[in-house]
Amino acid sequence: MTDTSPAAPWTPSLRELERRALRRRRRLFSQVIATGLVLLVLLVLVVAVRSSPGWPNVRELFFSWEHARDAFPEIASGFWLNVQLFVVCEVVILVLGLLVALARVARSPWLAPVRVLAVVYTDLLRGIPTLLLVLMLGFGMPALGLQGVPISGTFWAGVALVLSYSAYVAEVFRAGIDSVHPSQVASAQALGLSRPQALRHVVVPQAVRRVVPPLLNDFVSLQKDTALVSAVAVFDAVFAARDSAAYNFNYTPYVVVAAFFVVLTVPLARLTDWLQRRWLARERAGQL
Amino acid sequence: MNAPSSSALLEVRGLRKTYGDRLVLDSVDLDVHPHDVVCLIGSSGSGKSTLLRCLDLLEDIDDGTIRLSGHEISDPTVDPREVRKRVGMVFQAYNLFPHLSVLDNCTLSPRRVHGLGKAEAEARALELLEQFGLAEHARKHPDRLSGGQQQRVALVRALCTRPELLLLDEITAALDPELVGEVLTIVRDLARAGTTMVLATHEMAFARDVATKVCFLHQGRILEQGPPDRLFTTPREERTRQFLARVLPA
Repeated sequence: MTDTSPAAPWTPSLRELERRALRRRRRLFSQVIATGLVLLVLLVLVVAVRSSPGWPNVRELFFSWEHARDAFPEIASGFWLNVQLFVVCEVVILVLGLLVALARVARSPWLAPVRVLAVVYTDLLRGIPTLLLVLMLGFGMPALGLQGVPISGTFWAGVALVLSYSAYVAEVFRAGIDSVHPSQVASAQALGLSRPQALRHVVVPQAVRRVVPPLLNDFVSLQKDTALVSAVAVFDAVFAARDSAAYNFNYTPYVVVAAFFVVLTVPLARLTDWLQRRWLARERAGQL
Repeated sequence: MNAPSSSALLEVRGLRKTYGDRLVLDSVDLDVHPHDVVCLIGSSGSGKSTLLRCLDLLEDIDDGTIRLSGHEISDPTVDPREVRKRVGMVFQAYNLFPHLSVLDNCTLSPRRVHGLGKAEAEARALELLEQFGLAEHARKHPDRLSGGQQQRVALVRALCTRPELLLLDEITAALDPELVGEVLTIVRDLARAGTTMVLATHEMAFARDVATKVCFLHQGRILEQGPPDRLFTTPREERTRQFLARVLPA
């Protein structure tokens, strides 16, 4: 029958070594294919663009080194404002969005007015184009001349972004909350937790993990939409670029701003991917 | 018993599987002949489920070979889908697709993988559902059914592809005791009809009843294997005796 004596230190069999070599070869082959294809596609794109009849003109108008260099400092300092706006708004949006979502899933009759308000808020604010909201608040609120109300266009443009995005984010959170299986609430309640406690400790933490990718999507969108504040004469990166482009009749500054935004969003996307993978690895370890 | 035999449907030799530095399966040898019903018994964590998952190529193995009809399927060049066309698997947690009706669950693979037409796939599924007393539930979604019914649907879903080998992974472990019977009856019928099966189970009485061979796993090794009458009455290994003493009613 089977030999059950403690086995000698295991050494891979010949067959296993063969198999490993084969797996290694196949992995290498896949990597070669992947790299090769990416390079090929890039090459085709570059060749296609460069061989187009208008390329010399376009290169001068959009990709001029001197104009890029000249506009860079202004754009960089303007972009710092975009970053600040983004960071501050993002935090406020997360909090406000979650609060609105919670208001919408609340069951208590005492909270009925809040629930109605939350519904009206999301319906209305998601319906208004963000640009219009920025224009209305950015020009309108300071013009009211109310005592104690900030008159800074930047402030009100930021408020407009927060209001608009919180409505989207609230719906994302709510979808996440709805996606947590009712049995989770039941088992939380069975442990004696109240409904708000169950939401706070069981449902929301699971919901947040699930909605990280769509949230990131909204935040990348927000990063770009901080550019809308330039519509109310706030001196951000886009405003600086437009200034410079109009002055020099050259669009290179726009490309520079675009590059700034891309550089900002890519690390955020990678960070989220990484977080997501870590959560999955922890929760699904050893399971199906 | 370990002599290689050409008639084996499934032939496992020296199978080794690790998760990191945890050794889960260690030099496992197993032969499954057509119409065999092989029961894997052993305590939780002894490697029963992992073995089944390795057999269905759901896990990469770390050493050894698995042959299906003499053809090595543990070779990395083998397309696992070709193997799974011939091997069916049912899981402990049913794993039915909640967004599809019972009937659609059962016809998904026959239609998308085996190239059956809708009418033919549905006829085959309905016949099996009928046979297992599930015909009235064909149009319902799985969540509307009891656990026992869901697990029977999962069995039917696996059978709809007419597998040569059926792998059952503790399919009654998540069920109420009163629902275990209805699922085991089906498996017993399948065994009687000559279906080749490898099943991990905690139901000793059932194993004794249907198995042609029982394998006792301990710490990733098949410590002892043999016909149920022998293994349950006169186990050779001390570990087997201890395990059986714990799980068999006195």
